[in-house]
Amino acid sequence: MKALCWNAKNDVRVETVPDPKILNPRDAILKITTTAICGSDLHLLDGYIPTMKPGDILGHEFMGEVVELGSEVKNLAKGDRVVVPFNIACGNCWYCKKKLWSCCDNSNPSPDLAETLYGGPPSALFGYSHMFGGYAGGQAQYVRVPFADVGPIKVPDGLPDEKVIFLTDIFPTGYMAVENCNVQKGDTIAIWGAGPVGQFAARSAFLLGAEQVVVMDDVPERLQLARDAGATTVDISQEYVHDKLMDLTAGRGPDGCVDCVGLEAHGATLDHWYDMAKVKIGLATDRTHALRQTINSVRKGGTVSIPGVYGGFLDKFPLGAAFAKGVTFKMGQTHTHNYLKPLLDRVQNGEIDPSFVITHTLPLDQAPHGYEIFRAKKDNCIKIVLKPD
Amino acid sequence: MSTIQDTVRGYLRSNDSAVKGDKNVGETERLISAAAGTLLLKLGLHHRGLSGLAGIGLGAALIKRGYSGQCDLYQYLGVSATQPASPKSYFDHGIHVKSAVTVDKPADELYAFWRKFENLPRFMGHLKSVTVLDDKTSRWVANGPMNSDVQWTAEIINDVPGELIAWRSLAGAQVDNAGSVRFLAAPGGRGTEVRVNLDYIPPGRSVGKWVAKLFGEEPSQQIHQDLRKFKQLMETGVVATINGQSKGSKLD
Repeated sequence: MKALCWNAKNDVRVETVPDPKILNPRDAILKITTTAICGSDLHLLDGYIPTMKPGDILGHEFMGEVVELGSEVKNLAKGDRVVVPFNIACGNCWYCKKKLWSCCDNSNPSPDLAETLYGGPPSALFGYSHMFGGYAGGQAQYVRVPFADVGPIKVPDGLPDEKVIFLTDIFPTGYMAVENCNVQKGDTIAIWGAGPVGQFAARSAFLLGAEQVVVMDDVPERLQLARDAGATTVDISQEYVHDKLMDLTAGRGPDGCVDCVGLEAHGATLDHWYDMAKVKIGLATDRTHALRQTINSVRKGGTVSIPGVYGGFLDKFPLGAAFAKGVTFKMGQTHTHNYLKPLLDRVQNGEIDPSFVITHTLPLDQAPHGYEIFRAKKDNCIKIVLKPD
Repeated sequence: MSTIQDTVRGYLRSNDSAVKGDKNVGETERLISAAAGTLLLKLGLHHRGLSGLAGIGLGAALIKRGYSGQCDLYQYLGVSATQPASPKSYFDHGIHVKSAVTVDKPADELYAFWRKFENLPRFMGHLKSVTVLDDKTSRWVANGPMNSDVQWTAEIINDVPGELIAWRSLAGAQVDNAGSVRFLAAPGGRGTEVRVNLDYIPPGRSVGKWVAKLFGEEPSQQIHQDLRKFKQLMETGVVATINGQSKGSKLD
């Protein structure tokens, strides 16, 4: 089959590789009909995530048709059309039983490094480094899905791929990030980053009853897309974020601040250039400009929610401000499994059409080009879906 | 923890008879010793100089060792191949490792799986096979360095259904070892705490510790990984793996 392989930093290629096989009785094999490039895949391309190995197949947003089943998978049948969550969960451990799927104890076959680095290994992910299990991803014609009796959700034939593919990651990720802010009547939710997750966070905030949604970015077409959803936008290259947010909330500050940027933040301020310099010479691993602003801006007793990916150590982290204001932090990989059914219902009810975010549809062969334009935000690129055939 | 270790060690102590004058070399090893000694002696007699002399000396010592079944070096190290390893050997030359994992299954179920020793290679990475010989004893085959097999016979020395199993290797083991596993209810319905203690004496005794490290075998890491696999197997019925999955040509 054809698959998008990571070979080195800044080097991804479509190669012909062996087809996947059933390796465990709880596996399934899917023929992929639609897959996508995620903003977090760019961290892999840029070499920010350790333990990638040359030849690793990328991709954690995918859906397709079941073509083969292990003997223990009883809830699916060949021919079923399914969407697969990006994190892999066993469904049996204490964490899965508590619905903390992204903390699954059992899905990661190589948790040693994560255990050493983080003090406890999180669940495995598709196509996202060996620290997170090293599972082959779904930017390919076929994929092996472990614990296929737990993750995949069947989708009705009437809904096109484009409306359901994002249940794999970015829709639940944006949704849970806002849900973590515990939205109350009259709340303002401020969102840093108008990439795909930020877009879904903005729409989810309205779905969850926010009064006002403010989105920060510096890419005009992305700000426009957020305005289309009814959000107020702040161009960070033109305005002071903190001042603007205080003005929009008459001095209260946003009730919930959502960092949809993560470890590769851009900014026009002094601390951003400080972060850039430290990361370049290896004194820090993550650039945290966006996160600092969330803490500074959030109201007293408010919530900072972090769906953006962080990997290592932060510098000049304003914990004093967070402490003084009694901020609640919520973060982590999305417990995707919890959101598949409720969000599929919302799509079916017509409350949201997730395909709004797609700007490019490319054949799998052109995936490397897709990574390039997505990273450079060229050609007004916001979200790319790939078609393997 | 200490109670189990004390039980094991106490039992070992009562069987400790590696005293001066006893045979302390196993039958097979005696034959090999004698044969190697004869060869060295022959070679030594054909060579002049210091190396020839050394050959003669070492050859003679090996023949004596083979003939008498006594080894001065083993004597010095407190080693016997005709008795289970002594507690003194475990204390002086052994490696002690322990690890624990919480498994979300009842203790009885976990005990029953572990007690069928044939199951152990399913989650213990270094074990090739375990064959149960009778109620008490079993034959263990493990992967040794450089594709060799390491074998020993083990006996159960303590067995409380649903609670604990303790075992030790018998005389003649290539690697003397003793171990125990306990199953304890975790608080608040969190399943069962599985606590494992292992003692073993690597070949070559204390030198072996360094050799083992040199070969990259880290025993405490090994048992930790084995317990994690045990948990996966018990909770999910499978061991998570990526071995054999699709990958690009650049991957090894």
